[in-house]
Amino acid sequence: MPGVSMTVNGKPVTGDVEARTLLVQFLRENLRLTGTHVGCDTSQCGACVVHIDGIAAKACTTLTLQCEGAKITTIEGLADPDGPLHPMQEAFREHHGLQCGFCTPGMIMAALDIVRRRGNDLDEHTIREQLDGNICRCTGYHNIVKAIAAGAKAMAKSGARQAAE
Amino acid sequence: MSATGIGAAVRRKEDLRFITGKGQYTDDVIRPGETRAVFVRSPHAHAKIKAIDTSAAKSLPGVVAVLTGKELANDKIGNLICGWMIHSKDGTPMKMAPHPALAADKVCHVGDAVAVVVASTYAQARDAAEKVNVDYEALPAVIDPAKTKSGPQIHEVAPKNTIYEWSLGDAKAVDGAFANAKHVTKLDIINNRLVPNAIEPRAALAEYDAGTGHLTLWNTTQNPHVSRLVIAAFVGMAPEHKLRVIAPDVGGGFGSKIFIYPEEVVCLWAARKIGRPVKWTADRSESFVTDAHGRDHVTHAELALDANGKFLAMRVKTIANLGAYMSTFSSSVPTYLYATLLSGQYDIPQIYCEVDAVYTNTVPVDAYRGAGRPEATFVVERLVEVAAREMAIDPADLRKRNFIKSFPHQTPVIMAYDAGDYNASLRKALDLADVKGFNKRKREAARRGKLRGLGYSTYIEACGIAPSQAVGSLGCGVGLWESAEVRVNPTGSVEVLTGTHAHGQGHETTFAQLVSDRLGIPFENVSIVHGDTDKVQFGMGTYGSRSGAVGMSAIVKALDKIEAKAKKVAAHMLEAAEGDIVFKDGKFTVAGTDKSAAWGDVALNAYIAHKFAGQELEPGLKETSFYDPTNFTFPAGCHICEVEVDRDTGKTEIVNWTAVDDFGTVVNPMIVEGQVHGGIAQGIGQALLERAVYDQDGQLVTGSLMDYCMPHAHDLPSFKVGLTETKAPSNPLGIKGCGEAGAIASPAAVINAITDAIGTEELAMPATSQVVWAALMRAQPSQAA
Repeated sequence: MPGVSMTVNGKPVTGDVEARTLLVQFLRENLRLTGTHVGCDTSQCGACVVHIDGIAAKACTTLTLQCEGAKITTIEGLADPDGPLHPMQEAFREHHGLQCGFCTPGMIMAALDIVRRRGNDLDEHTIREQLDGNICRCTGYHNIVKAIAAGAKAMAKSGARQAAE
Repeated sequence: MSATGIGAAVRRKEDLRFITGKGQYTDDVIRPGETRAVFVRSPHAHAKIKAIDTSAAKSLPGVVAVLTGKELANDKIGNLICGWMIHSKDGTPMKMAPHPALAADKVCHVGDAVAVVVASTYAQARDAAEKVNVDYEALPAVIDPAKTKSGPQIHEVAPKNTIYEWSLGDAKAVDGAFANAKHVTKLDIINNRLVPNAIEPRAALAEYDAGTGHLTLWNTTQNPHVSRLVIAAFVGMAPEHKLRVIAPDVGGGFGSKIFIYPEEVVCLWAARKIGRPVKWTADRSESFVTDAHGRDHVTHAELALDANGKFLAMRVKTIANLGAYMSTFSSSVPTYLYATLLSGQYDIPQIYCEVDAVYTNTVPVDAYRGAGRPEATFVVERLVEVAAREMAIDPADLRKRNFIKSFPHQTPVIMAYDAGDYNASLRKALDLADVKGFNKRKREAARRGKLRGLGYSTYIEACGIAPSQAVGSLGCGVGLWESAEVRVNPTGSVEVLTGTHAHGQGHETTFAQLVSDRLGIPFENVSIVHGDTDKVQFGMGTYGSRSGAVGMSAIVKALDKIEAKAKKVAAHMLEAAEGDIVFKDGKFTVAGTDKSAAWGDVALNAYIAHKFAGQELEPGLKETSFYDPTNFTFPAGCHICEVEVDRDTGKTEIVNWTAVDDFGTVVNPMIVEGQVHGGIAQGIGQALLERAVYDQDGQLVTGSLMDYCMPHAHDLPSFKVGLTETKAPSNPLGIKGCGEAGAIASPAAVINAITDAIGTEELAMPATSQVVWAALMRAQPSQAA
């Protein structure tokens, strides 16, 4: 099996994987980072969104071997284990932007990418349009939209990294 | 109201683990030596299994076992069952066909499992599943629920594919009322078939301990105890005391995770056979052809009115498609959860409903958010809106004229409504939606070439499911009470074990609010335990908006006992008579004195037992309660939808949504609003976007998220949500339940709004752009773009 090495949440990792192994499988099964979820098999739901070199990508549609040398951030790497939550995480809690929690990691990672692309002052229409790659069945999106707008603003205030590196 | 007590918008305890990726869903659990299962599924809707050749699959690397339906039958693993007995009009019992966890002789829907491959890795299992060779003899399939009687018979036990022909109400009295009616409104309605699509796919992980003979199942279930009961007592997998079912974090259910499915049975069986843990996780394509679908009714409905618009009677005839097998509670959905709600919020003297439940070669159909009540509400609220238009009466006014105004109110369809104020929620909604300004907005929209419409839905539902004796008399195989165990630790912190299960509803927060409020202890010092049959003795799980009304009532009863016992302990500590002890704000005081003991001291004394002899008072502070409700609860409210339809494309935009609901006591308004939002989104999905489509051969055409249109953020508006409150008199907290209201109310509001905009009542769900455009062309051909 081919070897692969990359940086995940700031730590160097290596592994031997079958060529067909998806990034999400590598994260979940090899590294036991189970915060990245699989909700579909057609790249629609976005529960698997992670950041590859700072840009949001669906880990269910990315081969592990494509990530040789890349810097990957997952939901587990967003906040320091001993530090405060990332403002976007905090905003999801404050605005009740989650119910069952399954789509949430992907939503938060996608939200950060919206901020990266569209800035910190996001209107409702922009957020709704830009969330096209993520599906939530619980919230009706109402509070997710509020959370992302508030999280984006809070990031500007706190000077938080737009996408964790 | 304290900052964390009942009524406070407390932020959720469970969120920290979810926003940091630390949730533990079934697929996240890993056991030593774990294997992966992949199912071999039928590509045919209806076929005989002539032979299965597993030899090629067995020879592949990593494969541990390939098991078929024959071996399952040889091991005497029993069939899955439907737990609610319905009798036909002629008194005969429903025709429940055998439902083996792996089909041995014939398959009855695309996706029916015929074999399972167990291998060391998922990839190996998947590769091997491709090599299982099944020789099928395809049979003609029955797909259209309205044409099942003349189709090929699917199950030996069910001639003409009929499961039951059931009725409720007095047909003769209804006929009489119709004969005297001044006006009759008639509608043909198809309640479109839906796929629940919780974002977490179903999963099961089974482990066998050969040393003790115990089986453990981690499972995406809304009701682990019911699952254990069925798998033990009916499937016969293991005695109940040797089977543990754990429902860890569950990523949404919406009804679809109530049921006992073949996959968990097969994983348990396989784990015991091979002596290693077996895990299965559905991929989404698999979910589409195995998760129980929802709705799928074909209905003709009629409403009789007098000259003043007073409702005289209603007549409803429904064909309910239950799919290829009877799922766990499927029989109850189109009967006692449907016809019993046909009175809506209205005083209707006579109602008669007939329901034919039929088999088809499609995925089984069972409860999906609202379960029967959205179907009933759609029938009632469409009839009322259309009747108002036909009689040129304002739709809000027609509703007001017919609202039930005094309680209790006995409907002609079993239910006894105990409290409500339907005028209040309508009035508040009219205000919030600025209905007075609608005509102005409509004219303004017309100048932009848009058709603007307004639609109401004044819905009712029966929740707090349910009084055991009542449901037992209607055929339910279980009681629907709930249990709670309150454990006070020596340090005064509290664990509450509940038989309900949360999969997004936030019970860890709201239940802790109740305990904090009642005992006067910090919210942080309360933990809620659920979802494990080894921890919680028994419970009925979560569905039917029951957890607040029934589950929290059980906690209240257990807390009553805790307080009574704690007072006895305090009396010994304070050397006072038990009757003189007053408990308030977390403190026990001797009435009329300044002698008191804090909650924590009393808890400690209960356990060290130094102040009393064990003969007079047992040490410890732990109490259990089983609460059986005395009535259903009746949440009700008014949703108003305002749309703009593009005349040229038929595209509908929801421009305003107003919901005013009466849920009785609200424990956490933030969580309640979230439940309303989610329910509305699912209802709008049904009305505008979603439909499970089968072709005539029984292939599910909408078998992936690329083909089945789930609501996205840009499909939905923000919602205006308001509340009114009449307490539920049947439970100690006055809670009615809020989980399903949005999904129940909203489809009718959307369709009423669009039909108001386009001026024709002929409009199917989902009202996609194409459907609306075609309706517009039929209604206004001269204005064709």
